Amino acid sequence: MDVLLQQIINGLVLGSMYALVALGYTMVYGIINLINFAHGEVLMVGALVSWALIGWMQEHAPGLPGWVLLLFVTLVACVVTSALNYTIEKLAYRPLRNSPKLAPLITAIGVSLLLQTLAMIVFKPNYKPYPALLPTDAIAIGESAVITPTQIMVLVVTAVSLVSLMYLVNYTRLGRAMRATAESPRVAALMGVRPDTVISATFVIGAILATIAGVMYASNYGSAHHTMGVLPGLKAFTAAVFGGIGNLAGAVVGGILLGLIEAIGSGYIGDLTGGVLGSNYADIFAFVVLIVMLTLRPSGLLGERVADRA
Amino acid sequence: MASTDASRRDRFLVIAFSTFGLLILPLVLQSAGNFWVRIADTALLYVLLALGLNIVVGYAGLLDLGYVAFFAIGAYMYGLMASPHLSEHFPWFAALFPHGLHTSVWLVIPLGAAVAGIFGVLLGAPTLKLRGDYLAIVTLGFGEIIRVFMNNLEAPINITNGPRGLDQIEPVTLFRFDWFGIPGINLGKRLEIGGYTLSSVTLYYYLFLALVVLSVIICHRLELSRIGRAWMAIREDEIAAKAMGINTRNMKLLAFGMGATFGGVSGVMFAAFQTFVSPESFSLMESVMIVAMVVLGGLGHLPGVILGAVLLAAMPEVLRWVAGVWDLQRLTDGRLDASILRQLLIALAMIIIMLLRPRGLWPTPEHGKSLPSGAK
Repeated sequence: MDVLLQQIINGLVLGSMYALVALGYTMVYGIINLINFAHGEVLMVGALVSWALIGWMQEHAPGLPGWVLLLFVTLVACVVTSALNYTIEKLAYRPLRNSPKLAPLITAIGVSLLLQTLAMIVFKPNYKPYPALLPTDAIAIGESAVITPTQIMVLVVTAVSLVSLMYLVNYTRLGRAMRATAESPRVAALMGVRPDTVISATFVIGAILATIAGVMYASNYGSAHHTMGVLPGLKAFTAAVFGGIGNLAGAVVGGILLGLIEAIGSGYIGDLTGGVLGSNYADIFAFVVLIVMLTLRPSGLLGERVADRA
Repeated sequence: MASTDASRRDRFLVIAFSTFGLLILPLVLQSAGNFWVRIADTALLYVLLALGLNIVVGYAGLLDLGYVAFFAIGAYMYGLMASPHLSEHFPWFAALFPHGLHTSVWLVIPLGAAVAGIFGVLLGAPTLKLRGDYLAIVTLGFGEIIRVFMNNLEAPINITNGPRGLDQIEPVTLFRFDWFGIPGINLGKRLEIGGYTLSSVTLYYYLFLALVVLSVIICHRLELSRIGRAWMAIREDEIAAKAMGINTRNMKLLAFGMGATFGGVSGVMFAAFQTFVSPESFSLMESVMIVAMVVLGGLGHLPGVILGAVLLAAMPEVLRWVAGVWDLQRLTDGRLDASILRQLLIALAMIIIMLLRPRGLWPTPEHGKSLPSGAK
């Protein structure tokens, strides 16, 4: 029972990070129908920039409380990645908006490779230990399950980010413009919405969410690396499709469910299969679940779109 | 009539010259070092892969991001059938085949093609209802599942030897007839013909070239056939194709299956050529590169696909050599070594080529019927 509780906690933490990244995929997809393959790399850049900044701050402004430092580096990293994602959209995706659909997909893959390579050149290819800025003593829940302050932070920050995003999308002018553009860019333009501005804004918001996820990912696992964006990126994309791509609530539900399935699955697969399959199969849960899910519901859990339009 | 004769003569000349060029290429490269022939060999393997993926993505318009799985299936198939791995790990197997399983490549090629093809259909079956991007993520997931299994299937039964991979795979032996006592030509060793030496990589070059030529002919015939037309109809408008009486389900499964057989055959060749396979060679990046080759070259257009494959396969290797000659690593304080430069330039090439030529470097001349889900 305690193993289950522990795995649920781990799964929720993992899932909330997937959810943040999945929102970036789903928003971009909802508006311009592009799988932004470089989105996982934004997470990676955010994590590496914050790592470099922590080092610099600890040298030049020692004695800052951990959470202030973390908040500050996250903010700066968000500014950097927002500018980056804005530029990427402008240079690599916007010129191809009316091209065959596979063209921007290939530039997205190119951008993802480019960002990894540049990160390797700028930050060198080694694994960087990510300092623990929050207290490290775990808090006991129940008999043998524990939760760390970092994990609590992840859950709280995710909840706050999600609520802010939902507010932004549902109750602000920009949010309405985003929804209108997702529905039909041409009609939205006729109604006085500037689709290009909305698309840029979407990329900036996506970058902020991914950076928050990246900083939390690095703090939670204690390391940062130039390929760290690949797997969370893939899983988050899977989560977005799982929940029904283009649907914000779907991305959140998909992300959290995926995290839970992965954590619980890898905790129990050894017992279930009598030791034949071990927890090293954890990475395939996401995909097996996805394939089963899409076979049953081709448009995802909460997707309403007809499969034909995808 | 005169003009047809002239164009026929031109066509003949082009074919004659390119045949001559392709036949003599490894001999020229060989004199500069086997390194260069090896690059040509790799490029041919990628051409084979790109031709197969072109059937799925280019003709039928099904975006497959897990194509490397079929490559892996072929490679492991040959790896298991032509290395001592099975007899070393299974006593009953060693008892059955005391001298190991030295399967002839002529048996493994059709077998690899068939098994990969079956997997292709298995993958296609649950995805029939899916379109576009949903299909992309499912195929991607399939590729990852296969890779994770290759990486972990060493316990409790050691089938793939895990991350260490299979080694001591036998090279291909051609024209071996044990009954008549003819030893055949072992492509793993160099061959001397009247004082002239053909290195092992050169011999493989000719084998791969033969396979590529055969594949090009098959693809070309397919493109012109009823099946090819049906695929393209599905690519352009699936509902209309269905309404016109095309069995879209069978046609899509056929595309997946046929594409996968090419992947399987190139996998078999890859394993024989490298004499070593490990899960590392079958990463997602590899799938993505093959898609990039097809799209950068010109989706659905055979010359374009071949160009894309040769370019993306050979260019990075040449660049690696250039970086070595200039000693970039020393110049840039160890930050920019050959492999990083290679990756940087591939990434830039993917972005720049697409920005300048979104339909590919050498697209189909027929307008409006060449790309899946084109601009709406």
